[in-house]
Amino acid sequence: MKKTINVNVKHLTRVEGHGNINIKIRNGKLLEAQWEVIETPRFFEAMLVGRNWDNAPWITGRICGICSIGHTLASIRAVENAFKIVPDEQTRKLRILLKHMETLQSHSLHLCFLVLPDLMNAGSVFPLIDSHKDVVVHAAKIKGLANDLCDCIGGRRLHPTRTVVGGFTKLPAKEELAAFGERLKNIVKDLMVVADLFTGFKLPDFTRETEFVSLKGTAGYPFIGGDVVSSDGIQMREQDYKKLTNEYIVKQSTAKWCRLSRESFAVGALARLNNNFEFLHPVVKDIAGRFGLIPVNHNPFMNNIAQLVESVHVVMDSITLIDELLSSKFTEPRQEVKPGSGVGVGAVEVPRGILYHSYEFDDKGKIVKCDCVIPTGQNHANIQHDLEALAEEFADRGKDDKEIELLASMLVRAYDPCISCSVH
Amino acid sequence: MKAKESESKTYLGIPLYRPKVAFFEFSSCEGCQLQIINNENTLLDFLSLVEVVNFREAMTEKSDDYEIAFVEGSITRNDEAERLKKIRKNAKILVALGSCACFGGVNQLKNRFNNIEWVKKQVYGKHPIDTAPVRALEEVVNVDLRIYGCPIKKEEVEKIVLHVVLGKSIDIPKYPVCMECKANENICLFDLGEPCLGPITRAGCDSWCPNNNAGCWGCRGPAEDANVGYMKKIMKEKGFSEKTILERLDCFGGFAQFPELKKKGKH
Repeated sequence: MKKTINVNVKHLTRVEGHGNINIKIRNGKLLEAQWEVIETPRFFEAMLVGRNWDNAPWITGRICGICSIGHTLASIRAVENAFKIVPDEQTRKLRILLKHMETLQSHSLHLCFLVLPDLMNAGSVFPLIDSHKDVVVHAAKIKGLANDLCDCIGGRRLHPTRTVVGGFTKLPAKEELAAFGERLKNIVKDLMVVADLFTGFKLPDFTRETEFVSLKGTAGYPFIGGDVVSSDGIQMREQDYKKLTNEYIVKQSTAKWCRLSRESFAVGALARLNNNFEFLHPVVKDIAGRFGLIPVNHNPFMNNIAQLVESVHVVMDSITLIDELLSSKFTEPRQEVKPGSGVGVGAVEVPRGILYHSYEFDDKGKIVKCDCVIPTGQNHANIQHDLEALAEEFADRGKDDKEIELLASMLVRAYDPCISCSVH
Repeated sequence: MKAKESESKTYLGIPLYRPKVAFFEFSSCEGCQLQIINNENTLLDFLSLVEVVNFREAMTEKSDDYEIAFVEGSITRNDEAERLKKIRKNAKILVALGSCACFGGVNQLKNRFNNIEWVKKQVYGKHPIDTAPVRALEEVVNVDLRIYGCPIKKEEVEKIVLHVVLGKSIDIPKYPVCMECKANENICLFDLGEPCLGPITRAGCDSWCPNNNAGCWGCRGPAEDANVGYMKKIMKEKGFSEKTILERLDCFGGFAQFPELKKKGKH
């Protein structure tokens, strides 16, 4: 083992939000490996107290710039569960389609703009614009399509305008949807180019056994609501989210940490895939096979590949959803809302993992209590434990400071952390 | 970052000057920076206009040698204020990017409580946590230019940056969203039974929310000569409660200077 290693990364780049990595190894002994989250809290849970129910999705969507659609949908589901509103089939399909496009937008941003530079020896995507323009163009095309379809259904690609409790304020025109159906069929080719590119990279060889938590698929790959399952055999309802997350506060982080059966667990694309592989589209299972991604996979770097696999899955599923929407007659997009007292929880699989929103209302529909548990918040403890194992293992393999700094940074990036979201 | 193709870019036959720009963020969702890279169709053209030297969310290289700093987010802790002052020293032009930077954004909703200890306790219980009342950037440093909105509108950012590069004047509308909404031939949101701050909110978003049948929440702050008192009267006549009106007015912090908003919450 190398005797001395020092890694100090202040404000890790190419991630959303502010976090530091500190690793100290002396005489071959790991003294410290710390994932530190220093992001400023914004106090969304306090902000909402006393405000009317309709503020909830509008304001909590602002927790995150990357997954604002996911937050808006989790918030809407929580409010609808509290007011006993059941969305109709049309609303349900449009919401999943919208969420799919957020997943595609977020995954392609992460894979091609934030992760790819590490694999191509660059500091950012900017030099790749010159050296690998074709790749950047494919990536921009994929991300652009996803964002355009978010505009079409949600009214806006970030902080959506049409998504409300009870349904939508406005429906897309069928001609628009039909055109997007064609664009989606064409984008599969671009995704395959990205898949081929990633096949050529060797991801770090590192595994650490952990628990994976996600929504549980019943008839298909899960996205909005239902039961929650863990790879350690736990299954609970979404309204029992507190028992599934067990938030606690640690000194090194302004974001809360979570645990379930072990000292930490993981959520996100790899967790969803590990727990729901059988529901993936057949084409997509083949892609997973090319990367040797078979459940249960315990290499955190494979979260990148799980994102790639999910990107193709959501495109295939969106093509089906658009076909179904086009063959049905559009009905009134918005149900009447009758606010009243109650508690509601909404769980949604957003790009980085399972997200919970919970609200308590008084009899006028005023928010009495608000609680949001964020995917990255659920991952922080797991990142910490991975970081310790990774530092020790790779120092043992004779890697130097620079190599360990890169590996540790890549490890944190593999989780695609949304740090400001996790602190909120 | 290099962009070889752009080196020959000219405007009216004169070679274009490419300023060094940097992006920074404070307390925010980082969505406004994301909007910059959300311009898939025009992103490469846009990037060729400037030289990005600092953009933590997208690149590892960093430099303190920049002329224009785009700053997203509001200031909620003293270390943020210190970092912002350093950026101010380095930059010739400091641009406040989005509602959080311009007015405090949704973050400033925390300020409506009298007791910050109550706010802390709601989220962290007895655990000590460092936070201060939310400030807009201009409450800490001088701000040269403001780009409004939650989120910012990408077309508007591109236009403003282009005008900075060309040395052209920048005209941000002083008239209200209502004007754009009428020009877009939308049905008035009041006729759809929706509350809307379109008549008093600064335009420039092309009536983004009303185009989607969603009432305006005033994220771009007041239009010139906004008559908030009369707005309240009209909304009341349309049958909206005082609470609904106030919750729209205080949402993004743009109307904080109006006397109608001075009342604080019970905590």
